[in-house]
Amino acid sequence: MRKTLFLSGIGVLCAWTLVPLYLIALGAVGGSALVDSWPKPFWPTSLSMRTLIDFMHIDGVWSATLSSVEAAVLCMAFSILLGVPAGYALARFRFHGGTAFRLMILLTRAFPVAILALPLTVGFIRLGLYDTALGVSLIHTALALPFAVLVSASLFQAVPREFEEAAWVFGCSRLRAFRHVVLPLVLPGIAATSIFAFVISWNEVFAASVLTVRHKTLTAYLLSVLSESPLQVQFAGGFVLIIPSVLFIFLVRKHLFAMWGIANR
Amino acid sequence: MAEITIDGVRKLFGDSVALESVTLHIPDGEFLALLGPSGCGKTTLLRIIAGLETQTSGRVLIGGKDMSDLPPRKRGLAMVFQNYAVFPHMTVWDNVAFGLRMAGADKARVTAQVEKAAALLHIEPYLKRHPGQLSGGQRQRVAVARALAVDPAVLLMDEPLSNLDALLRLEMRAELKAVLQQAGTTTVYVTHDQTEAMGLADRMAVLYAGRIVQMDSPAEIYRAPATRFVGGFVGSPPMNFLELPVTAGHVTAGALSFPAPGDASRIVMGIRGEDIEIADDAGMPFEVRVVEPMGSHTLLTGTMLGQQMRVVAASDLRPRPGEILQLSPRADRIVWMNATTGLAMETTLK
Repeated sequence: MRKTLFLSGIGVLCAWTLVPLYLIALGAVGGSALVDSWPKPFWPTSLSMRTLIDFMHIDGVWSATLSSVEAAVLCMAFSILLGVPAGYALARFRFHGGTAFRLMILLTRAFPVAILALPLTVGFIRLGLYDTALGVSLIHTALALPFAVLVSASLFQAVPREFEEAAWVFGCSRLRAFRHVVLPLVLPGIAATSIFAFVISWNEVFAASVLTVRHKTLTAYLLSVLSESPLQVQFAGGFVLIIPSVLFIFLVRKHLFAMWGIANR
Repeated sequence: MAEITIDGVRKLFGDSVALESVTLHIPDGEFLALLGPSGCGKTTLLRIIAGLETQTSGRVLIGGKDMSDLPPRKRGLAMVFQNYAVFPHMTVWDNVAFGLRMAGADKARVTAQVEKAAALLHIEPYLKRHPGQLSGGQRQRVAVARALAVDPAVLLMDEPLSNLDALLRLEMRAELKAVLQQAGTTTVYVTHDQTEAMGLADRMAVLYAGRIVQMDSPAEIYRAPATRFVGGFVGSPPMNFLELPVTAGHVTAGALSFPAPGDASRIVMGIRGEDIEIADDAGMPFEVRVVEPMGSHTLLTGTMLGQQMRVVAASDLRPRPGEILQLSPRADRIVWMNATTGLAMETTLK
């Protein structure tokens, strides 16, 4: 009985993620006939890369993809460079306003980007950041940073203080102890955090649409282009957008498990 | 190898005093136990010696050099932590080699030292494993091996046995003593377990409320505690304390009478349970409440003159609860204490 419940639970969870993915993939490779048909066959009768190839040939898709990757990589780098030290400080040091700081970090997420859109646009134009991947990545960093800070703080908290103290006693400076003892223990978590930052940036549409004109990221570009395209091309766009996220999470899945303390203890 | 001098070390955490001007000297090669109840400042003192905590004032000298402001890595010491702090991402071998590698020792020396320490602690079979695959006792051995591998001038241990179960603790205690005697390292050992301190240490420092109350050999502290607190804390069962009236220069206890040291109207007799004999004739009347046969002896708990007492009696003595025994303390083992201050009186401390 318990086993059946367990298995059906797994089934429901899998269906929850896999069915939409499957439908999008089906729409992307099944051709126009299949997109319009109902009920849909489980296996597409005529599998074709036609739509996907067409999609790849849409003007500007490749440069938009490049902008997206650029913005996402920068966002990832900024989130880790700023978020990890902040997380370490939160985990290891007691300072005035530490608790308030923790709350404030989350509050940045409560502020709607829509309200900021106009002043940000004006500010970015003045600074020369408007319509650049760097500008977009800065906004995405602001969105991803709260997670980076709080997740890395909890990663550091999970490393007992005594590990570091033992390293200090056995000949390490603070920096060396961090490199030899703390960093290896939190690295899987940091990797997962950076992937998360990448995915946040990759998926973000609104800020990217507002802050760019010619150098749009893939999401912003598709939003403006695909609304007039046939349905199967929209599916193809969605499919291409999903792939990196799924792939990345799949690649770091082992480390994601480690993050929950299964592999590393 | 090095001597340690703690010179007037004081530590405040905010407004609360953790250590109240502690001064002590540990000669080269000595095993000193810092003993006290939790919150007495013993761990703080150890961490100040290690450099993990900074004293508010005072100096720490190791091997004659002032280490007060140096970081832990420059103090030439090793430490065993209460939760072992064995690095989980390294093999046992790498853990034991850690200190030497960080000090930049060459490969041959690292290998030689790791093998020596591993042999000493009997952990050779696990050298290739990760700490996650070891039991608590095995991790404990790894932590000690890691500390001994660097040939430290000073070895600091913070309640290293408290996370082990009772049987393993007893086993590790004996082994630790043998290993450390062989190494001859100056050792400071923090514990709240008085049997551990008594069994291991050359000398013990008993701490209470941030002060060293008494520092001496375990036998001397056991026999002649400096205060009522020490007598009650060291030894199991704890020392008995009987508050008695003094009349005309004599202390009367039941049918017995002792010459009073000092002229206070009340005085406390401190006496160990095993220093009390069952008298044939009139002594101090003791009403038995609980009889606990312990195998090697029988522990009697009861009241004498309305005050609780514990008596260690011969194993074949089995009085019934409610029975009245006549007791007589061995006069040369009595520690007379001031009834108000709880301090032992000079005359009884040789």
